Amino acid sequence: MAARTFTIDGKLVTAEENATVLDAATEAGIDIPTLCHLEGVYDVGACRLCLVEVTGIGKLLPACTTRVAEGMEIKTDSERLRKYRRMTIELLFAERNHVCAVCVANSHCELQALACRLGMDHVRYDYTFPRWSVDNTHTLFGMDHNRCILCTRCVRVCWHIEGAGTKNVSGRGSHSHIISDLNQSWGSSETCTRCGKCVMGCPTGALFAKGVTVSEMERDRTKLEFIVTAREKKQWIA
Amino acid sequence: MDRLKFATVWLGGCAGCHMSFMDLDEFLIDIADHIELVYSPVIDVKEYPHGVDVCLIEGAVCNEDNLEILHKIRRRTRVLVAFGDCAITGNVPAIRNQLGLKNGESVLQRAYLEGAQSNPGIPREPGIVPALLPRVMPVQEAVHIEYYLPGCPPPADRIKAVLAQLLAGTEPRLTGAQLKFG
Ligand code: SF4
Ligand code: SF4
Ligand code: FES
Repeated sequence: MAARTFTIDGKLVTAEENATVLDAATEAGIDIPTLCHLEGVYDVGACRLCLVEVTGIGKLLPACTTRVAEGMEIKTDSERLRKYRRMTIELLFAERNHVCAVCVANSHCELQALACRLGMDHVRYDYTFPRWSVDNTHTLFGMDHNRCILCTRCVRVCWHIEGAGTKNVSGRGSHSHIISDLNQSWGSSETCTRCGKCVMGCPTGALFAKGVTVSEMERDRTKLEFIVTAREKKQWIA
Repeated sequence: MDRLKFATVWLGGCAGCHMSFMDLDEFLIDIADHIELVYSPVIDVKEYPHGVDVCLIEGAVCNEDNLEILHKIRRRTRVLVAFGDCAITGNVPAIRNQLGLKNGESVLQRAYLEGAQSNPGIPREPGIVPALLPRVMPVQEAVHIEYYLPGCPPPADRIKAVLAQLLAGTEPRLTGAQLKFG
Protein backbone atom coordinates (compact mmCIF):
# COMPACT_ATOMS: atom_id res chain seq x y z
CA MET A 1 0.00 0.00 0.00
CA ALA A 2 1.33 3.43 -0.92
CA ALA A 3 2.45 5.79 1.80
CA ARG A 4 1.60 9.47 2.13
CA THR A 5 3.81 12.08 3.73
CA PHE A 6 2.33 15.26 5.21
CA THR A 7 2.60 17.42 8.35
CA ILE A 8 0.47 17.58 11.49
CA ASP A 9 1.15 20.62 13.67
CA GLY A 10 4.42 21.07 11.82
CA LYS A 11 5.54 17.51 12.49
CA LEU A 12 6.45 15.36 9.47
CA VAL A 13 4.22 12.28 9.45
CA THR A 14 3.89 9.28 7.14
CA ALA A 15 0.80 7.09 6.93
CA GLU A 16 -0.85 4.62 4.57
CA GLU A 17 -2.84 6.23 1.77
CA ASN A 18 -6.27 5.28 3.11
CA ALA A 19 -5.55 6.35 6.69
CA THR A 20 -7.69 9.10 8.18
CA VAL A 21 -6.20 12.24 9.63
CA LEU A 22 -7.32 10.97 13.02
CA ASP A 23 -5.52 7.62 12.58
CA ALA A 24 -2.35 9.40 11.49
CA ALA A 25 -2.48 11.88 14.38
CA THR A 26 -3.09 9.13 16.94
CA GLU A 27 -0.20 7.17 15.50
CA ALA A 28 2.01 10.27 15.79
CA GLY A 29 0.99 10.77 19.42
CA ILE A 30 -1.14 13.85 18.71
CA ASP A 31 -4.40 13.74 20.64
CA ILE A 32 -7.38 15.20 18.75
CA PRO A 33 -10.62 15.47 20.79
CA THR A 34 -13.33 13.06 19.55
CA LEU A 35 -16.76 11.93 20.70
CA CYS A 36 -18.53 9.96 17.99
CA HIS A 37 -15.38 8.06 16.98
CA LEU A 38 -15.16 4.57 18.46
CA GLU A 39 -12.32 2.15 17.73
CA GLY A 40 -13.61 -0.81 15.75
CA VAL A 41 -16.56 0.73 13.91
CA TYR A 42 -16.51 2.98 10.85
CA ASP A 43 -16.61 6.77 11.32
CA VAL A 44 -19.52 9.02 10.44
CA GLY A 45 -18.33 12.51 11.41
CA ALA A 46 -21.37 13.18 13.58
CA CYS A 47 -20.04 15.21 16.51
CA ARG A 48 -17.66 17.67 14.76
CA LEU A 49 -15.35 17.79 17.76
CA CYS A 50 -12.39 16.43 15.81
CA LEU A 51 -12.41 19.33 13.31
CA VAL A 52 -8.96 20.32 12.05
CA GLU A 53 -7.57 23.01 9.75
CA VAL A 54 -6.00 22.02 6.44
CA THR A 55 -3.95 24.65 4.62
CA GLY A 56 -5.63 25.74 1.39
CA ILE A 57 -9.10 24.56 2.44
CA GLY A 58 -11.34 27.25 3.85
CA LYS A 59 -13.68 25.07 5.86
CA LEU A 60 -12.76 22.94 8.81
CA LEU A 61 -12.60 19.18 8.20
CA PRO A 62 -13.46 16.31 10.57
CA ALA A 63 -10.24 14.37 11.24
CA CYS A 64 -12.12 11.08 11.62
CA THR A 65 -13.55 11.03 8.08
CA THR A 66 -10.85 12.92 6.15
CA ARG A 67 -8.24 10.82 4.34
CA VAL A 68 -4.63 11.92 4.42
CA ALA A 69 -3.07 13.23 1.19
CA GLU A 70 0.47 13.89 0.02
CA GLY A 71 1.81 17.22 1.22
CA MET A 72 -1.23 18.04 3.36
CA GLU A 73 -0.58 20.60 6.12
CA ILE A 74 -2.85 19.83 9.06
CA LYS A 75 -3.35 21.93 12.18
CA THR A 76 -5.08 20.30 15.16
CA ASP A 77 -4.94 23.25 17.53
CA SER A 78 -5.58 26.95 16.96
CA GLU A 79 -7.65 29.82 18.33
CA ARG A 80 -10.27 29.13 15.67
CA LEU A 81 -10.47 25.39 16.40
CA ARG A 82 -10.69 25.97 20.14
CA LYS A 83 -13.54 28.42 19.54
CA TYR A 84 -15.55 25.97 17.42
CA ARG A 85 -14.92 22.99 19.70
CA ARG A 86 -16.06 25.00 22.69
CA MET A 87 -19.21 26.07 20.82
CA THR A 88 -19.93 22.52 19.74
CA ILE A 89 -19.62 21.03 23.20
CA GLU A 90 -21.74 23.77 24.75
CA LEU A 91 -24.45 23.16 22.16
CA LEU A 92 -24.43 19.44 23.02
CA PHE A 93 -25.09 20.34 26.66
CA ALA A 94 -27.81 22.84 25.75
CA GLU A 95 -29.60 20.43 23.43
CA ARG A 96 -30.65 17.76 25.96
CA ASN A 97 -30.85 17.47 29.73
CA HIS A 98 -27.38 16.61 31.00
CA VAL A 99 -27.77 16.80 34.77
CA CYS A 100 -24.32 15.44 35.71
CA ALA A 101 -25.03 15.50 39.45
CA VAL A 102 -27.70 12.82 39.13
CA CYS A 103 -26.39 10.93 36.10
CA VAL A 104 -25.41 7.27 36.13
CA ALA A 105 -22.29 8.12 34.12
CA ASN A 106 -21.07 10.99 36.34
CA SER A 107 -17.25 10.81 36.56
CA HIS A 108 -17.14 8.11 33.85
CA CYS A 109 -18.57 10.16 31.00
CA GLU A 110 -16.73 11.08 27.82
CA LEU A 111 -18.88 14.18 27.26
CA GLN A 112 -18.17 15.46 30.77
CA ALA A 113 -14.45 14.69 30.46
CA LEU A 114 -14.22 16.47 27.12
CA ALA A 115 -16.00 19.53 28.53
CA CYS A 116 -13.26 19.69 31.19
CA ARG A 117 -10.54 19.29 28.61
CA LEU A 118 -12.00 22.05 26.43
CA GLY A 119 -12.25 24.40 29.42
CA MET A 120 -16.05 24.67 29.50
CA ASP A 121 -16.88 26.52 32.74
CA HIS A 122 -20.45 27.34 31.66
CA VAL A 123 -22.75 27.10 28.66
CA ARG A 124 -23.32 30.41 26.89
CA TYR A 125 -26.48 29.27 25.11
CA ASP A 126 -29.90 28.97 26.70
CA TYR A 127 -30.61 25.40 27.72
CA THR A 128 -33.55 24.01 25.75
CA PHE A 129 -34.84 21.71 28.52
CA PRO A 130 -36.58 19.36 26.04
CA ARG A 131 -38.89 16.65 27.23
CA TRP A 132 -37.47 13.18 26.56
CA SER A 133 -38.29 9.83 28.09
CA VAL A 134 -36.40 6.94 29.64
CA ASP A 135 -37.00 3.49 28.14
CA ASN A 136 -36.74 0.98 30.95
CA THR A 137 -38.59 -1.87 29.23
CA HIS A 138 -35.55 -4.02 28.47
CA THR A 139 -34.76 -6.66 31.10
CA LEU A 140 -31.06 -5.81 31.31
CA PHE A 141 -30.52 -2.27 30.04
CA GLY A 142 -32.08 1.19 30.01
CA MET A 143 -31.99 4.12 27.59
CA ASP A 144 -32.23 7.70 28.84
CA HIS A 145 -32.81 9.98 25.86
CA ASN A 146 -32.07 13.01 28.05
CA ARG A 147 -28.37 12.14 27.96
CA CYS A 148 -28.05 11.10 24.31
CA ILE A 149 -25.74 13.15 22.08
CA LEU A 150 -26.72 11.26 18.90
CA CYS A 151 -23.18 10.10 18.24
CA THR A 152 -24.70 6.89 16.77
CA ARG A 153 -22.00 4.71 18.29
CA CYS A 154 -24.74 2.36 19.56
CA VAL A 155 -26.25 2.08 16.09
CA ARG A 156 -22.91 1.28 14.45
CA VAL A 157 -21.93 -1.17 17.16
CA CYS A 158 -25.29 -2.95 17.02
CA TRP A 159 -25.22 -3.27 13.23
CA HIS A 160 -21.57 -3.85 12.54
CA ILE A 161 -20.14 -5.65 15.54
CA GLU A 162 -23.14 -7.54 16.83
CA GLY A 163 -24.93 -7.69 13.48
CA ALA A 164 -28.34 -7.42 15.13
CA GLY A 165 -29.51 -4.14 13.60
CA THR A 166 -31.77 -3.22 16.50
CA LYS A 167 -30.69 0.39 16.99
CA ASN A 168 -31.52 3.10 14.50
CA VAL A 169 -31.99 6.86 14.27
CA SER A 170 -35.44 8.30 13.71
CA GLY A 171 -36.66 11.87 13.17
CA ARG A 172 -34.88 14.96 11.89
CA GLY A 173 -33.02 17.88 13.47
CA SER A 174 -33.72 18.33 17.16
CA HIS A 175 -36.36 15.60 16.92
CA SER A 176 -33.77 12.98 15.99
CA HIS A 177 -33.54 10.16 18.46
CA ILE A 178 -32.35 6.61 18.84
CA ILE A 179 -35.00 3.92 18.35
CA SER A 180 -35.17 0.14 18.66
CA ASP A 181 -36.48 -1.86 15.70
CA LEU A 182 -39.58 -0.18 14.23
CA ASN A 183 -39.68 2.60 16.84
CA GLN A 184 -40.99 0.37 19.62
CA SER A 185 -40.00 -0.16 23.23
CA TRP A 186 -36.55 -1.75 23.57
CA GLY A 187 -38.02 -4.55 25.67
CA SER A 188 -40.36 -5.58 22.85
CA SER A 189 -37.58 -5.70 20.24
CA GLU A 190 -37.34 -9.06 18.50
CA THR A 191 -33.89 -8.47 17.05
CA CYS A 192 -32.01 -7.42 20.20
CA THR A 193 -29.75 -10.28 21.31
CA ARG A 194 -29.20 -8.65 24.74
CA CYS A 195 -25.47 -8.58 24.07
CA GLY A 196 -24.98 -5.16 25.70
CA LYS A 197 -22.50 -3.92 23.11
CA CYS A 198 -24.40 -0.67 22.59
CA VAL A 199 -24.17 -0.04 26.34
CA MET A 200 -20.41 -0.67 26.24
CA GLY A 201 -19.97 1.79 23.38
CA CYS A 202 -22.07 4.70 24.63
CA PRO A 203 -19.98 7.71 25.68
CA THR A 204 -22.58 9.23 28.05
CA GLY A 205 -25.20 8.11 30.54
CA ALA A 206 -27.75 7.49 27.78
CA LEU A 207 -27.34 3.71 27.76
CA PHE A 208 -26.86 1.96 31.06
CA ALA A 209 -27.05 -1.41 32.75
CA LYS A 210 -30.08 -1.72 34.99
CA GLY A 211 -29.39 -1.49 38.69
CA VAL A 212 -26.70 1.19 38.54
CA THR A 213 -27.28 4.53 40.19
CA VAL A 214 -25.48 7.90 40.17
CA SER A 215 -21.81 7.63 39.09
CA GLU A 216 -21.90 3.84 38.96
CA MET A 217 -22.01 3.27 35.21
CA GLU A 218 -18.48 2.31 34.25
CA ARG A 219 -18.01 0.80 30.82
CA ASP A 220 -15.97 -2.17 29.88
CA ARG A 221 -14.82 -1.80 26.28
CA THR A 222 -12.50 -4.82 26.35
CA LYS A 223 -15.19 -7.10 24.90
CA LEU A 224 -15.67 -4.78 21.94
CA GLU A 225 -11.91 -4.59 21.42
CA PHE A 226 -11.66 -8.37 21.65
CA ILE A 227 -14.19 -8.92 18.88
CA VAL A 228 -12.75 -6.20 16.67
CA THR A 229 -9.21 -7.59 17.01
CA ALA A 230 -10.50 -11.08 16.25
CA ARG A 231 -12.27 -9.84 13.15
CA GLU A 232 -9.60 -7.56 11.78
CA LYS A 233 -6.44 -9.44 12.73
CA LYS A 234 -7.84 -12.95 13.05
CA GLN A 235 -6.33 -13.07 16.53
CA TRP A 236 -8.32 -14.26 19.51
CA ILE A 237 -6.50 -12.38 22.25
CA ALA A 238 -8.37 -12.03 25.49
CA MET B 1 -4.66 46.41 52.45
CA ASP B 2 -8.40 46.89 52.86
CA ARG B 3 -10.26 43.76 53.63
CA LEU B 4 -12.29 42.30 50.77
CA LYS B 5 -16.01 42.88 51.31
CA PHE B 6 -17.24 39.35 50.82
CA ALA B 7 -20.76 37.91 50.54
CA THR B 8 -22.41 34.59 49.80
CA VAL B 9 -26.04 34.06 48.88
CA TRP B 10 -28.29 31.02 48.76
CA LEU B 11 -30.88 31.00 45.96
CA GLY B 12 -32.55 27.80 44.64
CA GLY B 13 -30.08 25.21 45.84
CA CYS B 14 -29.77 22.62 48.59
CA ALA B 15 -27.15 24.49 50.70
CA GLY B 16 -24.61 21.83 49.71
CA CYS B 17 -22.33 24.45 48.16
CA HIS B 18 -22.34 26.36 51.44
CA MET B 19 -21.62 23.11 53.30
CA SER B 20 -18.65 22.58 51.01
CA PHE B 21 -17.58 26.16 51.81
CA MET B 22 -17.54 25.16 55.49
CA ASP B 23 -15.30 22.26 54.46
CA LEU B 24 -12.57 24.83 53.82
CA ASP B 25 -11.71 24.16 57.49
CA GLU B 26 -8.57 26.01 58.59
CA PHE B 27 -8.42 27.95 55.33
CA LEU B 28 -11.44 29.83 56.72
CA ILE B 29 -9.20 31.03 59.54
CA ASP B 30 -6.48 31.95 57.04
CA ILE B 31 -8.85 34.13 55.03
CA ALA B 32 -10.63 35.61 58.05
CA ASP B 33 -8.03 38.40 58.26
CA HIS B 34 -8.36 39.25 54.59
CA ILE B 35 -12.11 39.36 54.13
CA GLU B 36 -15.03 40.98 55.83
CA LEU B 37 -18.12 38.79 55.58
CA VAL B 38 -20.91 41.32 54.94
CA TYR B 39 -23.80 39.09 53.89
CA SER B 40 -24.38 35.32 53.99
CA PRO B 41 -26.84 32.69 55.21
CA VAL B 42 -24.30 31.93 57.94
CA ILE B 43 -24.47 35.44 59.47
CA ASP B 44 -27.45 37.49 60.59
CA VAL B 45 -27.64 40.36 58.12
CA LYS B 46 -31.05 41.06 56.61
CA GLU B 47 -30.30 43.56 53.85
CA TYR B 48 -27.70 43.01 51.11
CA PRO B 49 -25.24 45.92 51.55
CA HIS B 50 -23.79 48.31 48.96
CA GLY B 51 -20.19 48.23 47.74
CA VAL B 52 -19.57 44.50 48.03
CA ASP B 53 -16.39 43.26 46.33
CA VAL B 54 -17.16 39.57 45.76
CA CYS B 55 -20.31 37.48 46.08
CA LEU B 56 -20.58 33.71 45.66
CA ILE B 57 -24.04 32.77 44.38
CA GLU B 58 -25.35 29.32 45.17
CA GLY B 59 -28.49 28.02 43.50
CA ALA B 60 -30.61 28.57 40.43
CA VAL B 61 -33.10 31.38 39.91
CA CYS B 62 -36.37 29.63 40.76
CA ASN B 63 -38.76 32.23 42.16
CA GLU B 64 -39.47 35.97 42.12
CA ASP B 65 -37.54 36.47 45.31
CA ASN B 66 -34.40 34.86 43.81
CA LEU B 67 -34.65 37.09 40.76
CA GLU B 68 -35.16 40.28 42.72
CA ILE B 69 -32.25 39.74 45.10
CA LEU B 70 -30.00 38.64 42.24
CA HIS B 71 -30.61 41.95 40.45
CA LYS B 72 -29.95 43.82 43.68
CA ILE B 73 -26.73 41.85 44.22
CA ARG B 74 -25.58 42.64 40.70
CA ARG B 75 -26.12 46.37 41.24
CA ARG B 76 -24.25 46.34 44.54
CA THR B 77 -21.35 43.95 43.79
CA ARG B 78 -18.16 44.22 41.78
CA VAL B 79 -17.47 40.53 41.12
CA LEU B 80 -20.06 37.76 40.96
CA VAL B 81 -19.06 34.11 41.10
CA ALA B 82 -21.64 31.50 40.05
CA PHE B 83 -21.08 28.95 42.80
CA GLY B 84 -21.97 25.33 41.97
CA ASP B 85 -23.94 23.54 39.27
CA CYS B 86 -27.42 24.84 40.20
CA ALA B 87 -26.23 28.42 39.69
CA ILE B 88 -24.39 27.59 36.45
CA THR B 89 -26.66 25.05 34.74
CA GLY B 90 -29.96 25.07 36.65
CA ASN B 91 -29.08 21.49 37.57
CA VAL B 92 -31.68 19.58 39.61
CA PRO B 93 -33.99 22.57 40.35
CA ALA B 94 -34.30 23.15 36.59
CA ILE B 95 -35.53 19.63 35.88
CA ARG B 96 -39.05 21.03 36.25
CA ASN B 97 -38.47 23.06 33.08
CA GLN B 98 -38.84 19.81 31.16
CA LEU B 99 -42.50 19.74 32.17
CA GLY B 100 -43.30 22.69 29.90
CA LEU B 101 -44.52 26.22 30.46
CA LYS B 102 -47.14 25.44 33.07
CA ASN B 103 -44.67 23.60 35.33
CA GLY B 104 -44.75 26.35 37.98
CA GLU B 105 -48.35 25.29 38.65
CA SER B 106 -48.12 21.58 37.96
CA VAL B 107 -45.27 20.88 40.39
CA LEU B 108 -47.14 22.63 43.20
CA GLN B 109 -50.27 20.68 42.34
CA ARG B 110 -48.36 17.43 42.41
CA ALA B 111 -46.66 18.20 45.73
CA TYR B 112 -49.40 19.97 47.68
CA LEU B 113 -52.63 18.52 46.24
CA GLU B 114 -52.06 15.09 44.68
CA GLY B 115 -49.30 14.16 47.13
CA ALA B 116 -50.95 15.58 50.25
CA GLN B 117 -52.08 13.11 52.89
CA SER B 118 -53.93 15.73 54.88
CA ASN B 119 -54.93 19.37 54.37
CA PRO B 120 -54.37 19.60 50.60
CA GLY B 121 -53.87 23.21 49.52
CA ILE B 122 -51.27 25.19 47.61
CA PRO B 123 -49.54 27.68 49.94
CA ARG B 124 -50.22 31.22 48.78
CA GLU B 125 -48.98 34.02 51.02
CA PRO B 126 -48.23 37.09 48.93
CA GLY B 127 -45.22 38.91 50.34
CA ILE B 128 -44.12 35.81 52.30
CA VAL B 129 -44.07 32.84 49.94
CA PRO B 130 -42.58 34.00 46.62
CA ALA B 131 -44.24 32.82 43.39
CA LEU B 132 -42.33 30.30 41.28
CA LEU B 133 -40.99 31.57 37.97
CA PRO B 134 -42.40 29.73 34.94
CA ARG B 135 -38.85 28.70 34.02
CA VAL B 136 -35.88 28.04 36.32
CA MET B 137 -32.80 29.92 35.08
CA PRO B 138 -29.06 29.58 35.56
CA VAL B 139 -27.83 32.84 37.11
CA GLN B 140 -25.95 33.97 33.99
CA GLU B 141 -29.25 34.04 32.11
CA ALA B 142 -30.47 36.78 34.49
CA VAL B 143 -27.34 38.86 35.20
CA HIS B 144 -23.74 39.19 34.06
CA ILE B 145 -21.42 36.80 35.90
CA GLU B 146 -17.66 37.27 36.17
CA TYR B 147 -16.49 33.79 37.17
CA TYR B 148 -17.77 30.22 37.33
CA LEU B 149 -17.05 27.65 40.03
CA PRO B 150 -18.68 24.36 38.96
CA GLY B 151 -19.35 21.20 40.95
CA CYS B 152 -22.25 19.63 42.79
CA PRO B 153 -21.06 20.72 45.24
CA PRO B 154 -17.72 22.24 44.26
CA PRO B 155 -15.13 20.41 46.39
CA ALA B 156 -13.45 22.56 49.06
CA ASP B 157 -10.06 22.57 47.28
CA ARG B 158 -11.73 24.00 44.18
CA ILE B 159 -13.36 26.77 46.22
CA LYS B 160 -10.01 27.39 47.86
CA ALA B 161 -8.29 27.68 44.48
CA VAL B 162 -10.74 30.36 43.35
CA LEU B 163 -10.72 32.29 46.64
CA ALA B 164 -6.93 32.25 46.83
CA GLN B 165 -6.69 33.69 43.31
CA LEU B 166 -9.33 36.33 44.05
CA LEU B 167 -7.55 37.36 47.24
CA ALA B 168 -4.26 37.53 45.39
CA GLY B 169 -5.93 39.88 42.94
CA THR B 170 -5.51 37.58 39.95
CA GLU B 171 -8.16 36.32 37.53
CA PRO B 172 -9.45 33.02 38.93
CA ARG B 173 -8.83 30.31 36.39
CA LEU B 174 -9.86 26.68 36.77
CA THR B 175 -8.72 24.03 34.30
CA GLY B 176 -9.13 20.32 33.57
CA ALA B 177 -10.66 18.21 36.33
CA GLN B 178 -11.29 21.38 38.38
CA LEU B 179 -14.05 22.18 35.88
CA LYS B 180 -16.01 18.95 36.35
CA PHE B 181 -19.75 19.40 36.69
CA GLY B 182 -21.66 16.94 38.83
S1 SF4 C 1 -27.96 -5.25 23.36
FE1 SF4 C 1 -26.78 -5.86 21.49
S2 SF4 C 1 -28.37 -6.46 20.03
FE2 SF4 C 1 -29.46 -5.33 21.68
S3 SF4 C 1 -29.57 -3.23 20.92
FE3 SF4 C 1 -27.65 -3.36 22.15
S4 SF4 C 1 -26.02 -3.90 20.62
FE4 SF4 C 1 -28.01 -4.27 19.64
S1 SF4 D 1 -27.44 6.30 23.10
FE1 SF4 D 1 -25.27 6.69 23.58
S2 SF4 D 1 -24.15 5.68 21.89
FE2 SF4 D 1 -26.26 5.88 21.21
S3 SF4 D 1 -26.30 7.82 20.05
FE3 SF4 D 1 -26.92 8.28 22.17
S4 SF4 D 1 -25.03 8.92 23.18
FE4 SF4 D 1 -24.43 7.84 21.30
S1 FES E 1 -15.01 12.19 16.16
FE1 FES E 1 -14.91 13.07 14.19
S2 FES E 1 -16.83 14.05 13.96
FE2 FES E 1 -17.01 12.99 15.90
